[in-house]
Amino acid sequence: MSTTTESAHSSGPSPEIGKSRLRKEDARLITGRSRYTDNMVLPGMLHLAMVRSPYAHARITNIELTEAKAAPGVFAVLTGTDLAAEQGSLPNAWPVTPDQKAPAHPAVAIEEVAFAGEIVAVVIARSAAAARDAAELVDVDYDELPVVMDLEEAFTDAVLAHTSLESNKSATWVFDSAEAGTGTSIEDALAASDVVVERTLYQQRLIPAFMEPRSTVVDPTGEQITMYSATQIPHILRVMLALTLGIPESKLRVIAPDVGGGFGGKLQVTPEEIITLLAARRMGKPCKFTETRSESLQVGHHGRAQVQRMKIGATKEGIVTGLSVNLLADMGAYLGLITSGIPILGAFMYNSIYKFPAYRFECNNIFTNKPWTDAYRGAGRPEATFAIERMMDELATELNMDPLVLREKNWIKHTEFPFATVAGLEYDTGNYEAATAKAVALFDYDGLRAEQKRRRDAGATIQLGIGVSTFTEMCGLAPSRVLGALNYAAGGWEHAQVRVLPTGNVEVVTGSSAHGQGHETAWSQLVADRLGVPFENVEVLHGDTQVSQRGLDTYGSRSLTVGGMAVLAAADKVIEKAKVIAAHLMEASEEDLDFTNGAFTVRGTDTSTSFSEIAFAVFSAHNMPDGVEPNLDSEATFDPVNFSYPHGTHLAAMEVDTETGQVKVLKYVCVDDIGVVVNPMIVEGQVHGGLAQGISQALYEEAVYDDAGTLVSGSFVDYLVPGAPDLPHYITARTETPATSNQLGAKGVGEAGTIASTPAIVNGVLDAIRHLGVTDIKMPCTPSRVWHALQEAKSTGGVQ
Amino acid sequence: MIPSAFDYAAPTTVEEALALLAGADASGDDVKLLAGGQSLIPVMKLRLADPSLVVDLGRIPGLSGITDNGSSLTIGAMTPHHVMATDPLIAAHVPLLSQAAATVADPQVRHRGTFGGALVHADPAGDMPAPALAMDAVFNITGPAGPRSVEAAGFFQGYFTTAVEEGEILTSITVPKFDGWGSHYEKFTRVAQQWSIVAVAALVRVEGGVIAEARLGLTNMASTPLRASATEAALAGCAVDAEAIAAACAHAAEGTDPASDLNGDAAYRRHLATVVARRAVLAAVGLQGTRG
Ligand SMILES: Cc1cc2nc3c(=O)[nH]c(=O)nc-3n(C[C@H](O)[C@H](O)[C@H](O)COP(=O)(O)OP(=O)(O)OC[C@H]3O[C@@H](n4cnc5c(N)ncnc54)[C@H](O)[C@@H]3O)c2cc1C
Repeated sequence: MSTTTESAHSSGPSPEIGKSRLRKEDARLITGRSRYTDNMVLPGMLHLAMVRSPYAHARITNIELTEAKAAPGVFAVLTGTDLAAEQGSLPNAWPVTPDQKAPAHPAVAIEEVAFAGEIVAVVIARSAAAARDAAELVDVDYDELPVVMDLEEAFTDAVLAHTSLESNKSATWVFDSAEAGTGTSIEDALAASDVVVERTLYQQRLIPAFMEPRSTVVDPTGEQITMYSATQIPHILRVMLALTLGIPESKLRVIAPDVGGGFGGKLQVTPEEIITLLAARRMGKPCKFTETRSESLQVGHHGRAQVQRMKIGATKEGIVTGLSVNLLADMGAYLGLITSGIPILGAFMYNSIYKFPAYRFECNNIFTNKPWTDAYRGAGRPEATFAIERMMDELATELNMDPLVLREKNWIKHTEFPFATVAGLEYDTGNYEAATAKAVALFDYDGLRAEQKRRRDAGATIQLGIGVSTFTEMCGLAPSRVLGALNYAAGGWEHAQVRVLPTGNVEVVTGSSAHGQGHETAWSQLVADRLGVPFENVEVLHGDTQVSQRGLDTYGSRSLTVGGMAVLAAADKVIEKAKVIAAHLMEASEEDLDFTNGAFTVRGTDTSTSFSEIAFAVFSAHNMPDGVEPNLDSEATFDPVNFSYPHGTHLAAMEVDTETGQVKVLKYVCVDDIGVVVNPMIVEGQVHGGLAQGISQALYEEAVYDDAGTLVSGSFVDYLVPGAPDLPHYITARTETPATSNQLGAKGVGEAGTIASTPAIVNGVLDAIRHLGVTDIKMPCTPSRVWHALQEAKSTGGVQ
Repeated sequence: MIPSAFDYAAPTTVEEALALLAGADASGDDVKLLAGGQSLIPVMKLRLADPSLVVDLGRIPGLSGITDNGSSLTIGAMTPHHVMATDPLIAAHVPLLSQAAATVADPQVRHRGTFGGALVHADPAGDMPAPALAMDAVFNITGPAGPRSVEAAGFFQGYFTTAVEEGEILTSITVPKFDGWGSHYEKFTRVAQQWSIVAVAALVRVEGGVIAEARLGLTNMASTPLRASATEAALAGCAVDAEAIAAACAHAAEGTDPASDLNGDAAYRRHLATVVARRAVLAAVGLQGTRG
């Protein structure tokens, strides 16, 4: 980071950075004064309903529309054939290899459907109810085709997910430390190891389950087409719509109003968005589509869904020699925006905080007849962290070593930073010793180990296990050059504007489009701190491509470390501008001015002029220095030079009821190092929510399909999401080693909890019952799975 | 989640409601009674049910509330779960019903969902049927042919099927008082707010340190609630002792036919029944926390 102007920044104690400000946006959000897309009502607006395939793989032989078209209130019923000339193919922005294969993906299927829920027709009607009623009247004939639902079976190509493809394999992506020059050969390393532990781990399929279902309203009237959408990515969406549909980008405006959560699930260009736009254009009237909760669970993109074939080698002293990772990653039936890149994002994280010399990663991206997968909180990194942390525990067991001791032997010492990793990244800072020591103390590690032994010796019904997860992740996506090297279509910069109004109020425009993270508050704190204006006087504008013209939106824990830095850089430019004017107004030299608490003072005098005085002087422009434009606005684009690397140590005390298999989190301690914190309360919220989601993968959530390809867990009765009573009281703490890749030293916290907690929980469950002969349980660790694992261990003589 | 179009009627007397049912029956229309709507509305929104007429029982006075008959209580069918969970008469004389009602869903659902609705809906995983069965409740039904009463043993007839015929209304439920009995509803779930994976309703009468009589209702161990008869028999005369109770409860799954689903297969449920039954009985006799 070289563009900062440290000199302009007040050096006194910061009043805003580090303050737990209540969130500005909450009053609006919790009192129903929010503007969600589905609240939007436009004059003459029509409503859409989708007709979806009940089959996971079938050829469409006939679509009978007569009855539906004649139904009351119906304006039009369209099929894929009707839209064939305009709809194009949904975009994949991340061709991970030059030979990546992908089927065409029309928004409305034309000949073949490849997952249950794929859209085959769309009804446009006066009301949502009329549209739904008419959708029931569309009669579609299908010839069923064989389905392939299981990832390992799909890999064999025995059944093809698409008749248009010769193989289910989309791409194979390999990283080899010997070839990359970042390390040695994995074959040699494993051959020379005293022990090699081999395991196959499973990442179940997850559904993002955000609170607000996806919704889109398109207004085609006027010069521009305006799309309101419950999306995380208004800017990327606008570019992609332009490229996919051939509409000039300047004729498109995308607005993400209040968006009720996303978790990556709204980082997509969806068929429904394309269809709503095409319908609105065709009808010349505003159109709305809001999905039902059932549709949201069924066809919103899913996450995880990988088979991880792992090999880890070590010396008998417990020094890890190398890691081999061989993945099968379920793409689902189509490639979404970054579907193919998600497992690759994990490739750089399997080595985690450890410094072994040899590493090989291979990922096979595979098609199945399920809905597409794509980004879901953590996107690739939770998978990597889970696998390495599970393997470290397996290795510890193999070597009969305490899992924390094994980790300590292998992690990068704080004195060794910056550290070039075997996966090719450079970790700038970190202190794993400090975070672990703090976690161990808060957890009472030794006390709980003693209690565990007591229960084991007593043969207690409720056994106790301790789960360890020491993790790091890469966030702050991303240096544009790195993304380019990975063949991702876009960059990773972020843009901001700071505009000073005549009264001294400040408008901050950010390209990082928030959907629940609290940007309005945090960005206000950043700018209030930097410009010395009251927090209340800062207004943050975002999520509308006409207001915030440039941006790359919110995902990958990037907002503060990338978007926030753009805001600070823009604020610094405002100060530079103001200084010239202040010097002119006070008839002083710029070099003699100090900027503190929102005012310029002539050093050594009491002559000063406040920020708002300058703002008004600029507005009136009666007395500007020669050649200086009368405005205090600025903009900045920040492109990070490196990722940031939050890390931490999470410890979970897990109780397992050996009679019922019921699992309970008795105690959860997490010590996170996310660098410098702007708003501790927001951070705490992100940590809590992240933990809940990670724990939920370990214990509760799973998208389950039957053999025919129907989603069995199609409602919240069967897709289990925990509520507050199901989650423990978290003990959270932080250590702080500032990042060096941005001027604030912040690292990002949006995904840390999710990434770290899943392996802590599963390791804890296994630690509780490993002495009874259980060595693995697939996630989620449901009571029934735990009980069956115990029974199986018993019957195979695992009990000691 | 938009239901098909339907007509709506809100009668103010039972007779009016019966007439609406009869009229719909005569014209071949599909009609549904609406109580709390917590089961009916979801299936309508999913279009798994599309009645052409919905008759709301919510405006009929007298269908809700609890009457003390001396040795029994009569509970109006429209009494919400929340009232079941908090009413002092219920708590004093049939606490099993308060205990079970308190485990139903969340406060919102408990304020709208009704005792009668839950019984007529007869979801195998629903929490109110097993306690009603264990208590030998009597179901007071009225229909075109006038009122009739059905014993609990004959009320639950199959998967989502009860003795309430089309055209009939369940008006109230009469339950004997269980003064002096210990009771407990033990519900096994994965998360706090969930339908029962398995649950056991236990009523136990202890006399002179010995279990004199036990009644056990099983939730979700078949398409209808069941009595754990073998365990009931084994418990009679059994000492109030954790080991003896465990031995008796080992029979809890006898005669059951549980389903397999995402929460567990039948074998797991059979095993759970024995554990959950033991825990229910131990709690009912005040030996809670004894886990062996
Ligand atoms: C989120 C959620 C969670 C839930 N969790 C649980 C749980 O954990 N345990 C549990 O037991 N239940 C649970 N329920 C269901 C709840 O208990 C319902 O209230 C109950 O099953 C139905 O009662 P109701 O009054 O809402 O009936 P309605 O939905 O109005 O009616 C259900 C059926 O019964 C018929 N009916 C209703 N009343 C009468 C009557 N007096 N005479 C004749 N027919 C009648 C209706 O026609 C309809 O077919 C849950 C519901 C929801 C929405």
